Formats: sequence, structure tokens, C-alpha cells
Amino acid sequence: MSDVAVGQSTPTVINLKKVLGPAHVWALGVGIVLVGEFMGWNYSVAKGGAYGSLIACFVMGLLYTCVAMIDSEITSTVAAAGGQYAQAKHTTGPLMAFNVGLYLVMAYTMLEAADVLVIGDLVHAGALELGRDNVDPHPFVFLAVAVLAFLNYRGVFMALSVNFLITAIAFVSIIILWIGVHPFSPGEITQHQQMLAIQNLPELSNVPGLPYGWLGVLASFQFGIWYYLGIEGTCQAAEEVRSAGRSLPLGTMTGMITLLIAAALTWWICAGMLPWDYLGQALAPLYDASKMSGSLFLHILLWVATVFSAVASANGCINDASRAWFSMGRDRYLPQWFSAVHPTYRTPYRSILFLIPIAVAFGFTGLLAQTITFSILSGLLGYTFMPINVMKFRRKWPLGSIKRGYVHPWHPIPALTLFILCVATLFAVFLGFGSQLLAMMGFYILASIWFTFHRYKFVKRGDQFTMAWPRPRGY
Amino acid sequence: MDFWDILQYAAWAGAGLLVLWMVLDAARVSRRFSEDVLTSSQEGIDELAVQQQQHRDGR
Repeated sequence: MSDVAVGQSTPTVINLKKVLGPAHVWALGVGIVLVGEFMGWNYSVAKGGAYGSLIACFVMGLLYTCVAMIDSEITSTVAAAGGQYAQAKHTTGPLMAFNVGLYLVMAYTMLEAADVLVIGDLVHAGALELGRDNVDPHPFVFLAVAVLAFLNYRGVFMALSVNFLITAIAFVSIIILWIGVHPFSPGEITQHQQMLAIQNLPELSNVPGLPYGWLGVLASFQFGIWYYLGIEGTCQAAEEVRSAGRSLPLGTMTGMITLLIAAALTWWICAGMLPWDYLGQALAPLYDASKMSGSLFLHILLWVATVFSAVASANGCINDASRAWFSMGRDRYLPQWFSAVHPTYRTPYRSILFLIPIAVAFGFTGLLAQTITFSILSGLLGYTFMPINVMKFRRKWPLGSIKRGYVHPWHPIPALTLFILCVATLFAVFLGFGSQLLAMMGFYILASIWFTFHRYKFVKRGDQFTMAWPRPRGY
Repeated sequence: MDFWDILQYAAWAGAGLLVLWMVLDAARVSRRFSEDVLTSSQEGIDELAVQQQQHRDGR
């Protein structure tokens, strides 16, 4: 297999570069998600109260632990760019794979747009605090996309090394803030007793601490997703890691542990420092908590960390959306033109370029809630597919029939748990964003019709199955 | 024109230059290499495994 060295000889085959290790996988997964601790999760407080949000944090933690375990097993075997798309292609079939690929691209591109939109808002807010109002966020939205796309264009190693650094700083800043609010001296800075003394609405709830009762807790799942949304993005690095069987499970599972710690600390800090009715609609609650601490150092640190978390998330999303788009182009689910790999940088450069104007356009709208809802819905549809995916995978290739880098325990309990939690969360989303959910379903149905009647004839059907596996059981 | 005005113009210009560089580079690569080569990547091929095997075989 030729390794490309431009200027020495003309290459015949150009593949993506295998340069990543477990730390990069961690940086990709946690980098995409961590912005959800800095903003977004707190809307669950408005739905279910602070305790409702904590329950959502635990339940969604369970959902995503199932996602991480299932993904780790399948991706440690299907080491291909496109992640869940490539999995669906092998286990289920072309139409499902097309839909999963589309979920991935939509989820990550919309999340990227939301991230850069937040970066623009943070620059605007920072300027306001320094005494200058009317700073236009649009140039900073455009600049954030351009810089991160440039970084991704020039090589995956540098892009994810930068992500590792800024994600680590953002994560450590949460721990520093937690230490800074004196966790072992309750009542000194944090005021959990007063803040969590929530009055119930008697007509809606008779459960202490839950203002809208158990239905409110269910509704809070819709935003509880933000604590972990995107950890499954680690799979997109499968074709670029040096050892997929080792790096992907290690990076994904340590990433999930990191997020569980970050989510718990975030809830504890914010629930103890901000009244629940304010917390439920705050833009950046950890930043607000740092301001409440009275420390200028924490104030500045958390502003920087919030910006870093949004940058890391957008950076990871560019990486993941472009890999999914590239992978679909390679199989001709989309025009093959998108599957070009840069001969020098070994990145899917056309896919990266193509998605820039889409992210910028949605970033310019300023519609954060709608943009992020498109991302959440697409992600959720992808998670709902995963239990089906792993059931088929285990049935067609039982343990022992192919080499697995990781085997998740207690199958099929995680798959069934994931399916039940996905259905509950889809219902929660329907409660809050019913029309958007139906619109998204309509979009995917139309796209499926287009694929079936127009695009499928271009697909390289005989080349779909790329793994060196034995014939599946029953075939 | 104050610092923030200059910063906004610099952001527009910087972003525009970066995107322009990428578009020009993509066009240059398309001219220099054939479409068959650029779209030749293969799923499921582990370059490192092949290289390690070649190394073990003394090639």
C-alpha cells in the first residue's frame, strides 16, 4: 500500500492517515460534548427543577454509557471512517446506512453551527463587560469556522492535539471552580439548602423538590442529553487511529467517565449557587457561578474555559461531519467527488470545504435553540438505531466468530436499556419540540425516498462489505 | 474607529483569507492529481498492518 510523499513519486492510492492514539479519541469525544456542561444542560432545570435535572443527569448518563459500550464493541471491529454509518452498512443495509450517515452529518454540522454561534455571543458578551456594546458577532462566527476548518484541512493529528489541550483546560477549569467554591464548607459559598428548597406547584406536583412532578422529570430528559451529547463521535476516528481495537474503547470509555465526573460537578456547583428559576434559563451557568464566587481569577478562567469548550466542540464536529460525508461519498451514497483525500495532508478536504458554508449559514441565523434541536433530534434517531445495530451484529457474528477489540458486558441488557431510554427521550422531545420532531422525520422520509428511487443506482453494491470477516451466521 | 471595530474587520479578513487559501489549494490539488487517485482511498485497508507484515517479511 503506498504511503504518499508528494514530490517523490506520484501516488496510486491515498488513504486517510493513521496517526491518532487514545488521547486523541478522548479529545474528540469529550471535546465535542464538554460545551454541554458549560451551557444547555441547565434548561432541564426549567423543565423538572434542580432535582429533576439531577435525575436526568443520571438517566442520560446511563443512556450514554450504553451508547459508549455498544459503540466501543462494534467500532473496535468495524474500523472505518463514518463510524455508525459504516456499522449500519455492514449489519443492516444501504437504506439504514444512508439514514444513519445523514443523522451523523446533521447532528454534527448543526452542533458546530450552535457552537460557533455561542462563540460569537461570548465575544459580544465579553465586549459588553469591557464597556463596548453593539459588537457584531458574525465576523467571529465566520472566523471560528474558518480557523477550525483550516486546522482540520491541514491534518487530523494537529487538529485533535489542539482539541486535547483546550478540552483538558476546560475540564480542569470545572474542577478548579469546584475547589474554588469550597466544597467541604457547605453554606460558606454554596447554598444548597436554600437553593434546593423548591416550592411545588400544587396543581402539578405533590412530590417534594419536583415543581412539575414526574412528568417534569421526563420532560427534562430533553435537555439532560446535553450533559453527554456527542460522545459517540469517537467512532468517526476509527480509520485514523493507529490501533482501533485498543484506542477506540479506551478513548471512548475514559471520555465517558470524564463526562460523568464533569456533569456531577457542574450540577453541584450550579445548583448550589444559582436559584433554580434563574438557572433554568441562564445562557452560561458555570460562568455565572464563577461570577457569583467573587473571585476575579475564577471569573476570567471560566470565560476562557467556556470559549475553549465551544471551540473544542466545533473542532470535533468539523472532524466528524466531514468523515461521515466523506465515507458516504466513497460508497457513492453521495457523489464520489466528496471522497477525495488530500495527497499531502491526507484529510477529506472536499468534505471539510463543502460543509463550511452550511455551518456558517446556520451560525449566522442566531437561532441557537432551533439549531441545537436539529442536532439533538438527529443524534437521538442515531442512538435509537444502535440497539438494533448491536442485536444484529451479535446475531450475525457471535462472540468468537470475529476478533473484537472490546466486548461489552451483559448483552442484551445495555441494548434493551438504551432502546427504552431512547423512546422515553423521544417522547420528552415531542413534549417540548413536537413540530420540529415531526419536521425532521418528514425530512428523513423525503431523503430516504430520494435515495431509494434516485441515488441507490449509483451505489457500489458489490463493494459495500469491506471487512475481512467470515460469512454472517444464517447466510 | 476603535479597537473593537478593527477587531471585527480583522476577523472578516482573516476568515476570508483562510477560506480563500483552502479553495485555491483544493483547486491546485485537483489540477495536479487525477480524480482516480484523489478518490482512491479504501475502507478496511490497514496500512500499518500491511507495513508491519512487510517489515516482518524483510521487505
